[in-house]
Amino acid sequence: MESVTKRYPDGTVAVDRLSLEIPDGSITVLVGPSGCGKTTTLRMINRMVEPTEGTILLDGEDIQRQPVTTLRRSMGYVIQNAGLFQHRTIVDNIATVPRMLGWGKQKARARAAELMERVGLDAALAKRYPYQLSGGQQQRVGVARALAADPPVLLMDEPFSAVDPVVRKGLQDELLRIQDELGKTIVFVTHDIDEAIKLGTMVAVMRTGGRLAQYAPPAELLSDPADAFVEDFLGADRGIRRLSFFPSARLELTTGPVIPLDATAEQIAAPGADHLLVTDADGRPLGWGAPGDLTAGDIRPAELLPHGRPFVPGTDSLRAALDCAVLSPTGWAVAVDAGGRVTGVVSQQTIGEAIRSAHAADRADEAKVSS
Amino acid sequence: MNVLNFVSAFFSDSAHWHGYDGIPQRLLEHVQYSLLALALAAAIGLPVGLLTGHTGRGGNALAFIATAARALPSFGLLVLIVIMMGFGLLPVMIPLVILAVPPILVTTYEAVRSVDPSPVDAARGMGMRESRILFQVELPVALPLILSGLRSAAIQIVSTATIAAYVSLGGLGRYIVDGLYQRDYEKVVGGATLVAVLALVTLAVFWAAGRLAVSPGVRRR
Ligand SMILES: Nc1ncnc2c1ncn2[C@@H]1O[C@H](COP(=O)(O)OP(=O)(O)O)[C@@H](O)[C@H]1O
Ligand SMILES: [Mg+2]
Repeated sequence: MESVTKRYPDGTVAVDRLSLEIPDGSITVLVGPSGCGKTTTLRMINRMVEPTEGTILLDGEDIQRQPVTTLRRSMGYVIQNAGLFQHRTIVDNIATVPRMLGWGKQKARARAAELMERVGLDAALAKRYPYQLSGGQQQRVGVARALAADPPVLLMDEPFSAVDPVVRKGLQDELLRIQDELGKTIVFVTHDIDEAIKLGTMVAVMRTGGRLAQYAPPAELLSDPADAFVEDFLGADRGIRRLSFFPSARLELTTGPVIPLDATAEQIAAPGADHLLVTDADGRPLGWGAPGDLTAGDIRPAELLPHGRPFVPGTDSLRAALDCAVLSPTGWAVAVDAGGRVTGVVSQQTIGEAIRSAHAADRADEAKVSS
Repeated sequence: MNVLNFVSAFFSDSAHWHGYDGIPQRLLEHVQYSLLALALAAAIGLPVGLLTGHTGRGGNALAFIATAARALPSFGLLVLIVIMMGFGLLPVMIPLVILAVPPILVTTYEAVRSVDPSPVDAARGMGMRESRILFQVELPVALPLILSGLRSAAIQIVSTATIAAYVSLGGLGRYIVDGLYQRDYEKVVGGATLVAVLALVTLAVFWAAGRLAVSPGVRRR
């Protein structure tokens, strides 16, 4: 988008000289307070709104050059309330664009069935009507319908805003998975900064009046907000949230305080730790106990302190590890492998050191880039 | 009791079942006038209503015309037109059509206007052409309301088509007009009963049409 402005007939400037380079094959999120021009920006990409000034190029070509219906058919469009056709069954809703492109009924339906699977919809829903589906399911149908003709671009306007947080999380994870599999170029509008940070490869923060406040990857947004507006918009806990972008793989784990259920008296006494993590025969965590309370040969799992939610080094971030440590009754986070077997424990203090060194490394990287 | 006696006497008289003044013939004529008037009214009201509803333009003008048309008395109009044009089918059709266009036009307009805008937005965003949006997205959802407009128009036509008898045409109005003239109240009541039954049949036909034409996804059943 090159210096694009939209002034509505009533004089409202919804978008003001916005320039944005949207990378191929990744998710770009437009985020900002309500009324800042996100929807207008998105709708200029498929020409539902025509810009007053500026040009929008798609693969280097002005989007004004092709017929508007051709342009729109090459872009999936998903809106907040899904906008399903209530008189059509789910499978026919999804088959809409293929049918419009002249596919045969059978082929279009087969494609629709394939997409239902891709977005995680039960095949049994195919013959239902939209009113028989939950909000979350309807939104999945909306995504499937947008993907049906395999468009390279997907435009999504607050698609998950109207569903409850649990369903929303599921839909977000699903979108990330679909994006991994299909590598679409997605432009995603939201007013929810957490959603932006979770989904975006690049995040464009917009401010009221339709101006771009900052355009950066989420980690950079959290570490270096461009100005007070962005910082404020990110919220108070951006330091903690930034930890989501640091891996926990390099955390130094210790297995010292980890003992099996059938531990001997020496094993209990040897580590000299305040608390010991007891594991079952498979190496799965059972709970924490103080050495003084544990009797060799008679450790009762029911009497142990809960071990809390463990984290998986390598998969989870430093934020997850810190969270585990904060929630643990002993202040120690439990690390497990993908199979749930304990690989070690780590203290809050060690995590704190890891955070400091991660920040230091980050700053060093930046210094290198800027010099 | 009297009325019921009239009704049973009228319908059990076998003379009423044959010939040019028989029930089948009068019923057929009445149905023909009604269908013709409804078809003409729909041919005017539906396209105009669909188009104004889809574009959202002309709503105010439309409401004004409809109110004005509703205020015209059908019978007075008939007399006026007959004075101007003489007898025939056309002078009967004009007031019937004028009577039927407003409910069709206004409900069709309202029906299309009241369609949820988000599927329309989605359809436009996926590159659907406007005509297709109107016929494949808006119309199927607006259909129950549109049918209800057609239904009230049809019922008004069926009851008002009796005025055809005043200009020497047939239809069920014959029994009423002739019966009154001849002071044959059996005939009057019989004719009125037939009109009422025909109105009920019209209701049933529209109910069935709704079952057949409206998607279960819109009916929500
Ligand atoms: N069709 C329109 N006519 C006039 N003003 C509009 C129109 N659409 C949006 N606006 C105004 O433009 C601004 C940006 O709107 P929008 O792009 O919908 O914001 P967002 O999606 O970020 O909430 C708002 O002030 C809104 O009131
Ligand atoms: Mg918006």
